[in-house]
This record gives sequence, C-alpha cells and structure tokens, in this order.
Amino acid sequence: MARYIIQRLGYMLMTLFLIASFSFFLMKLLPGSPLKMEEKLSDAQLEILYEKYGLNDPVPIQYLRYIGNLLQGDLGVSFQLSNQPVTDILLSRIPVSAHLGLQALIVGTIIGMLLGIVAAIRNNSWMDYSANIISVVGISIPSFIFAGLLQYYVGVKLGLLPIAFWGTFPQTIMPTIALAIFPLAISARFMRTELIEVMGSDYIVTARAKGVTKAAILFKHGLRNALIPLVTVLGPMAVSLMTGTLVIEQIFSIPGIGEQFVTSVMTDDFSIIMGTTLFFAFFFILVILIIDILYGIIDPRIRLAGGKE
Amino acid sequence: MENILEVNDLHISFDTYGGEVKAVRGVSFNLKKGETLAIVGESGSGKSVTTRAIARLIPNPPGRIKEGEILFEGKDLTKLKEKQMQQIRGKEISTIFQDPMTSLNPTMKIGTQIMEGLIKHQKMSRSEAKSRTVELLDLVGLPNAKERVDQYPHQFSGGQRQRVVIAIALACNPKILIADEPTTALDVTIQAQILELMKDIQKKTESSIIFITHDLGVVANVADRVAVMYAGKIVEIGTVDEIFYNPKHPYTWGLIGSMPTLDNTEESLVAIPGSPPDMLNPPKGDAFAPRNEYALEIDFEMDPPMFQVSDTHYAATWLLHENAPKIEPPASVKRRMKGMASGMIANSDQGGEQS
Ligand SMILES: Nc1ncnc2c1ncn2[C@@H]1O[C@H](COP(=O)(O)OP(=O)(O)OP(=O)(O)O)[C@@H](O)[C@H]1O
Ligand SMILES: [Mg+2]
Repeated sequence: MARYIIQRLGYMLMTLFLIASFSFFLMKLLPGSPLKMEEKLSDAQLEILYEKYGLNDPVPIQYLRYIGNLLQGDLGVSFQLSNQPVTDILLSRIPVSAHLGLQALIVGTIIGMLLGIVAAIRNNSWMDYSANIISVVGISIPSFIFAGLLQYYVGVKLGLLPIAFWGTFPQTIMPTIALAIFPLAISARFMRTELIEVMGSDYIVTARAKGVTKAAILFKHGLRNALIPLVTVLGPMAVSLMTGTLVIEQIFSIPGIGEQFVTSVMTDDFSIIMGTTLFFAFFFILVILIIDILYGIIDPRIRLAGGKE
Repeated sequence: MENILEVNDLHISFDTYGGEVKAVRGVSFNLKKGETLAIVGESGSGKSVTTRAIARLIPNPPGRIKEGEILFEGKDLTKLKEKQMQQIRGKEISTIFQDPMTSLNPTMKIGTQIMEGLIKHQKMSRSEAKSRTVELLDLVGLPNAKERVDQYPHQFSGGQRQRVVIAIALACNPKILIADEPTTALDVTIQAQILELMKDIQKKTESSIIFITHDLGVVANVADRVAVMYAGKIVEIGTVDEIFYNPKHPYTWGLIGSMPTLDNTEESLVAIPGSPPDMLNPPKGDAFAPRNEYALEIDFEMDPPMFQVSDTHYAATWLLHENAPKIEPPASVKRRMKGMASGMIANSDQGGEQS
C-alpha cells in the first residue's frame, strides 16, 4: 500500500509538471499583458518593467526560468498586488475556500445520503418522490441561481442572514447552502439507487434468513455495499466544489481562492492565474488519489497492490 | 413419526402491474422430524415461493400469503409478527440458497457472516462465537478454518462458498433446513461432495430437510419423500420408491421420461410438450390438462382432488377416479423407471466415492 501511494505521488508530480508547462504556453498565446492595464505608464516605463520581469526574453528562456523557480517552490510575484509573492496570496486564501468547501461537502453529502436512505427504504412513498424532486432540482439548477435566490429572499427580504462577506458563522450559512446543493442532490440520488439495488440482492435475503433485524441489515449489510459506487461521484463533486467556489465566492464577496482567481483573470495577472491553476490541478489529482485509496478501504475486492493474495 | 412442519392449503400471490400472479394455489404437505423431503417440478412451478414462505422471506409487497397456515411445532407462522419471526429464522428454520456466488455479502468477512446468527440467537460473546465458527467451518470441510474466518467471499471458490453458506445455515442447529437448489450452480464433483456433506450433517444433527432440485438423480440420492409441483400445486407426493416405481400422475411420468439416465442411451429423451400455464390466469380445471395426452374431458372442467394411493402416496389426477379408464404409463417411461432403479444405485455409489 505504501509503495502504491508513493508511486501514485510520483505520477502526480509528473502530471503537475505537464499541466504547469501546458498552461504556461497557453498563457503566452493569450493577447494582453498585466501591465497594459496601467494606461498611465509611458512606453519607456513599460519597457523598463518588461525588462525587469524578464518579459522581453525569448519564450523558451522564460519557460525555463519559470520551471526553475517552480522547482524551488517559487510561484513568482503578482503583477497587480504590489509584488506580493503568489505563494503568500494563495496561502492566505486557501483556508477560506477550504473552510467553505469542506463545510458544504460535509453538509451536502450527509444530508444527501440521509435523504437517499429514506427514499430507498420508503421506496415509492411521498418521501421518495420529494427526495427525487430535490435531487433533480439540485442537479439541474446551477449554484449561482440558488445563491441569488437565497440572497434576495433570506438575506434582503427576510433579513435573516448577512448577504455577503466572510468571518462570522452566520456569514458562512448561505454560501454553504448554495454550494452544498449539488453534492446533496448527487449523493441523494446515488444513495437511493444503490441502496434499492443492494437491498434486493441475494446476500440481503441470506441476512434476513439468519434472523438479523431490519436495522442491522440496513446498516451492516446494506450501507457499506451501497457506498462503494458513491465513491465514484466524489470526483465530479470535487469539480463542482471547485467551480462552485469561483462563482459563489464572487457572489458573496468571500476572500477565497476562487474570488482571487476571477479577479486575476480580469486583470491578466498571469502569475496568480498560473499559481491558482496549479493549485486546482493539484487538488483535483489529490482527490482522485484519495478516491482510489477509499475504494480499497471500503471494498475488500479492490485491495490495492501490495496485498498478499 | 412426529410432524415438525405442517403446511395447509397455502395460497401465495404477487401483485404485479399485470395483475395477481397466483404463484402458489393450495399447497399442503407435512415434514417429519429427521426426514428429507424433496420438491421437484418445472421452473416457475412455485417451489421457491412455497419454501420461502415457510421462512416468511417473501417480500411484501408484492408478495402476500393469501390463505392457509404454516404450522411449525403447532405454531402458525403466518400469524407471527416480523420481530417474532426473526427469532425463528436462522435459529429454528434455516435456508441455503441456490447461488453461492451472490448469497454472501462481498464486503463482510466470512467469519463475521457466520457469527452474526450465533451472537443473535445463542447470545454468545464474540470470542465464543468465533471459536464456534471455526468448528463449523471444520464441520463443513473447509481446511485452515482459523485463517479463513478473516477472509472475504471473493477469496473462496464456488464450492467453498457454498460450504460457508451451509455453515451459516447450520450455525444454530436449526430444526428445519431448507435447501433451494443448493448444488445447481456447482460442478458435478463438488455437487456430490456437498450432497454427502448435507447427508452427514443431517445424521449428526437430526434436522429435517426440504430439498428443492431439478435433478431426479439427486432426489434418489438424498430424499425420503418427494413432492412433485406443477403450476403452484403439489400434484403428487409419496416416498421416493412410490414416485419412482409407481408414479400415478401423467406429469410425473413426463418428468421421469425427460430425465437422462446412464443406460438408456439408445432412447431419445421425451420432453413434456407445451409450456407451463400463465400464472396470471391459471386455466380452469387441471392446469396440466392442455399438455397431457391422457387428459379426460373432466380435466378441462374440474380440478382433480388428491386421490390416495397408499398411506403415504397421493396424486391429483382424475385417472385415479374409479370411473376413469385404466391407463398405464407409456412404455418408454416404464423402461426409464426400471433404469432408474439401477441408476439410483450407481448414483449413490458415485457420491460415496467422491466424498
Ligand atoms: N417477486 C415476484 N413477483 C412476481 N412474481 C413472482 C415473484 N417471485 C416469484 N414469482 C412468480 O411465482 C412463480 C413461482 O416462482 P418460483 O420462484 O417459486 O418458481 P420455482 O419453482 O422455484 O422455479 P425455479 O425452478 O426456476 O427456481 C413464478 O411464476 C414467478 O413468476
Ligand atoms: Mg426456485
């Protein structure tokens, strides 16, 4: 298992290197420059700045310098934010996004799974139908619409919760709900389908034939088997959280990494764009690794290489 | 001998979109202490539904017991609440299912699956249950039981899994063991071993067995009595000898005629013509009549009652009525009946060698 994980980490670094290179060249192909925005600068001043940041060098040289710095953990400095190192900016913003993302993920999957379980045991009842409506709505309507509706009705009309900014717990509630809708809907749907299928399988009849109580059948035999396929949707969920933060943080003015990313794109601040892209890529690859490890833990048939059998 | 189980006029239906499927339509039989009753019959004749109803394992909805009683030691199981039934399942009445590949939980250790019943019914501690589990695995002939309790089903072969399933069923020394085609999914040598194992265990534990199978050779090997089912009813029931040497129902003749034997190679198999009736709308009269070349006019009008042939032998066919024409089983079936006598011996010999 340890060997497997080390191997995977190796692949992960290679992937990150490829993504870094690829996005570097993509950025170079884009028109515009972070310094062009400053209309006050004269051509001579611009020239000095270009020289200072090495933007006049041939692209391959810039690329090698970039990769060299990257290997030393240096992501460069921001062009817009008074030369702050990108790493510092990311480090100050990641905790906020992680807080929001985790909170939404936990709330979403737990409520979603409960909803799915209820829908499965009360198959074809009104509870099942309501759970179904919730999942369809949650999957098909984008999170920013919920965000807007929440802000308008709960925040403005009813005045129950603060409509923006980040810091106090009440300020986290609405963005969490908006972001949690998708994981909630997906996990409810999956849980229901899988649990119904699992509860109809032969080994559940075997368990009933042993005289095991209904609750024990559900929790000991049903849930674990139903959870296996749920692990597969963790990937899409992670993506939805990532893209979700881009929009949701913007709407609620939350100082997270997504909001920074959007602002930097608007101002062509490409060292930050690159840094954030790398971070998102890293996060996504990490999620995939975690999913694979989780598989092995939940399903004994997929114990990863290194097992003895 | 004392009856441990009495099933009286059992009716079971499934409510489906197409209507009510009358899967079991008035089944009665009894099971004595220590005996093995085989149930045979075509696919869909209601064998599994009947036996699952005994352990109250028919899912409701769509299934329901419409009528009849199931007396286990005098207690009517159809009247019990789910909670009371949980005390009987696995403890007094155990079931072995057909497909060992799907009847074990893939994500639970074998040991845990066996221990579950012990902890629940025998109130054992985990460590007591574990040592009993090792004993059980030894009993069903799985070597290295100590290590194997911590393994998962996918680490076992089909035959080994069926041994585990049997160990689960035997865990609490049940009084009745229901085996629903326990060897159908296994290859022939493993089949013989499992059958021997079940016979052995029955001798040791004196439990009663209901054994469902398609294989008349297996019946001859394991059973004391045989019930032949057709379209949700028992059409003939008797001792193995009575059913094999003196069958009375044309459907039983058909079953025997369609059975391959070792020595009658020159003779082609006689399949029963036609197909079983639609259980959504069972026909009027005897359900077998449309496929029965000996059918009388009355067969299409009225369902025959059970006629008594001997103390232990009953058959539901109008041919046994005193006014009916005397009809003998067809010659090919008669030869096969004789062949079966020798086949039976060959069969049990084989079982003995392979175990
Ligand atoms: N859940 C169900 N819903 C509807 N009909 C059912 C259900 N289970 C069984 N039946 C019907 O009950 C009848 C008897 O089925 P059963 O499984 O008892 O047959 P069987 O004799 O065991 O056949 P086989 O030899 O193939 O196992 C069939 O007509 C089947 O379609
Ligand atoms: Mg069956």
